Amino acid sequence: MIDITVICALLIVLGIILYVILDGFDLGVGIIFPFAPDEASKNKMMSSIAPVWDGNETWLIYGGGILFAAFPIAYSILLPALYIPLMLLIFALIFRGVAFEFRMKEKKSRWIWDYSFTFGSTLAAFSQGLILGSLIEGFEVENMQFSGGSFDWLTSFSITTGFGVVFGYALLGASWVILKTENQTKEWAKNITKPLNFILGLFVMMVSLKTPLQYPEIADKWFSFPNFFLLLPIPLITFFCWLKIFDSLSKGRDLQPFIFTVAIFILSFVGLGYSLWPYIIVNNLTIWDLAAPAKSLQLVFITLMISFPIVLGYTLFVYKLFKGKVLEKDSYY
Amino acid sequence: MEILNSVELLSRIQFAFTVSFHIIWPTINIGLGLFLLILEISWLKTKKIEYLNLYKFWVKIFALAFGIGVVTGIPLSYQFGTNFSIFSNMAGPIIGPLLGIEVMTAFFLEAAFIGVMIFGWNRVPKSVHLFATIFVVLGTHNSAFWVIAANSWMHTPQGFEIIDGIIHAKSWTEIILNPSFPYRLAHMLTASYISVSLLIAGVSAYFLIKKISIETAKKGLSVSLLVLSFLAPLQIFLGDLHGLNTKEYQPAKIAAMEGLWNTQKGAPLVLFAIPDEENEKNKYEIKIPKLASFILTHDFDGEVKGLNEFKKEERPPILPVFFAFRTMVGLGVLFFLIAFTGIILRFRKKLYSNHIFHKLCMICTPLGLVATISGWWVTEIGRQPWLIHGVLKTKDALSPVKPEVISISLLSFIFVYCLLGISFLYYASRLVKKGYNFEKNEDWLKVATHTTHLTTKNSKND
Repeated sequence: MIDITVICALLIVLGIILYVILDGFDLGVGIIFPFAPDEASKNKMMSSIAPVWDGNETWLIYGGGILFAAFPIAYSILLPALYIPLMLLIFALIFRGVAFEFRMKEKKSRWIWDYSFTFGSTLAAFSQGLILGSLIEGFEVENMQFSGGSFDWLTSFSITTGFGVVFGYALLGASWVILKTENQTKEWAKNITKPLNFILGLFVMMVSLKTPLQYPEIADKWFSFPNFFLLLPIPLITFFCWLKIFDSLSKGRDLQPFIFTVAIFILSFVGLGYSLWPYIIVNNLTIWDLAAPAKSLQLVFITLMISFPIVLGYTLFVYKLFKGKVLEKDSYY
Repeated sequence: MEILNSVELLSRIQFAFTVSFHIIWPTINIGLGLFLLILEISWLKTKKIEYLNLYKFWVKIFALAFGIGVVTGIPLSYQFGTNFSIFSNMAGPIIGPLLGIEVMTAFFLEAAFIGVMIFGWNRVPKSVHLFATIFVVLGTHNSAFWVIAANSWMHTPQGFEIIDGIIHAKSWTEIILNPSFPYRLAHMLTASYISVSLLIAGVSAYFLIKKISIETAKKGLSVSLLVLSFLAPLQIFLGDLHGLNTKEYQPAKIAAMEGLWNTQKGAPLVLFAIPDEENEKNKYEIKIPKLASFILTHDFDGEVKGLNEFKKEERPPILPVFFAFRTMVGLGVLFFLIAFTGIILRFRKKLYSNHIFHKLCMICTPLGLVATISGWWVTEIGRQPWLIHGVLKTKDALSPVKPEVISISLLSFIFVYCLLGISFLYYASRLVKKGYNFEKNEDWLKVATHTTHLTTKNSKND
């Protein structure tokens, strides 16, 4: 008998991973945007993400929407707890989302929207990091209701993960720019990829140490025998990918830096997911405690089974349409 | 101030403000998407450059509106949880899956293919581009279907049972096809098409007055007024049906809309009044005897329930419902008259030369949207104090959040949305001022038409 609660939860996690990678690279382009060498590079960077950012961001709505549909209790506990960082995220996404449309309409006022684009992208990444950090630290819950204060999410750890996500997305963005552009734009992106990769390595290590140190249960999951040996590939492959980024840069590869960055993100997620599973509220409430009644879960399950592959299919189709280096003719309208 | 301490009022104002601002953009996109599809098909069939010009112009407005629609839609999907967490917890098993289906069948479809619609001209053949437009239109309509299904269920809930304080689904067919859903969906879709007709008519009229891109502008005015002359009367009919449905399921809302205090047979139609909630009567009333009864029961002596039938705490706020209703109906009648005048002018061959009529059309440009928002205010304020009619009151649905925090987010929303609105108007008006005079050497136009020479020549003349 398959447990559809588990499948729904896994599909939400998959959606979040897709979100982090897809919107991650376009938010990242926004973060490194002001440092681009010239106006032409900026326009190319913008053109490389303009046709796809809408679809990328939809995975965030997916995350919220399916969490609400399959785990309404989790939704009703987490969202009030995360009120302020969520509002920051929402406002950040507003500023950067409209920048796409507005900056292309007129040259004179373009600088306003360039600022708005970078500000929004950076703040969005930072607030996602805040949310990630506070999810790892957990929340006070009484009677299936959030019972903590308005600022419980604000800790030195969540601020650290905030910066971690900003640098991580910047790395994704830079390696995306390597993939999508040529000449000096690409050279510039390669130059900033190295230090960004170094910084991301530090943050990944920090979060990987923090979780087992704070929660003995999680430490046990990782370091007991035989788990330790079974799980050892996760950190090892992550480390390998990290090294390969430096390596592929010096060999002048275009696609590899992006692929290995994505791999680091996926592996970090798998590791984190393994640590927290099956809890949604750390060490307190599991996916089964917070799931919707069977009749609702079944509808969500059927919907996802049918539509998830279709969505993936046409998303891939659209990416294929716009694949390759950015062309001059791809400019707006 | 009292408002600043009330989580209920602040949450309601914030949701009302963000949803009212948001609804403008989907209203534009539902109708405009369909219009673009019709233009693209007409262009592919007839090869007339006016259709392509119209497409090219309106797709820019569409993209602007779509961008704002996406970013202002995200706060809504999260506010159910941030501000109404008890509601999310209790009704999540019903509302959640419906919105989940919306995400899967609408949002992804729109977001994936709007990129192709705008940027794809040089990358895909014409047939694929047409399909992209079709998918976007399908997406906007799917979205309307599911979100209105969820919304209507909260007005006329059925097909559920409550176990341990949580609403469980019993029959999804009953939940989705709840009694007010077909009326609300039809009324809203028509509202969207009417709003867009007025938008296009207004802009085309401006071009005719300014004598820019005349041939294309004529086409725009002609098509939009033709559509309006079918839809304006249809909308009045649909509105009447929707009202009858509301009378059956939410009589307090109808009493507030009509401004009726006492239950009576042969109730008058109150054209204007200032309802006085304290003394439970109308001031400065202007009314037509027995007409409300006739409209609502189709019998001059039919009985209509008044507000006094309901306890004070079970009544919706009267003033906003009463006035929003009059705004909506008044505008509906105005649109009907505009459409009618358009028909007469068309028969007299003066549709393109009568500048007074053109100015009237210009004034009406945003009024379809105003009517749509008014309509939503009627139905949404009119459902208070209930969030889910007869099941959950708004005051019992709130999140454990501090009022100060909501005050700050509310103020930020007001500030940011004002900026958004102003920016949209600024860029949209710049687009309109440029008209259909597109710059030379535009790549996609050449590639898309495959008749480079002819096209550039025509668009210069136009």
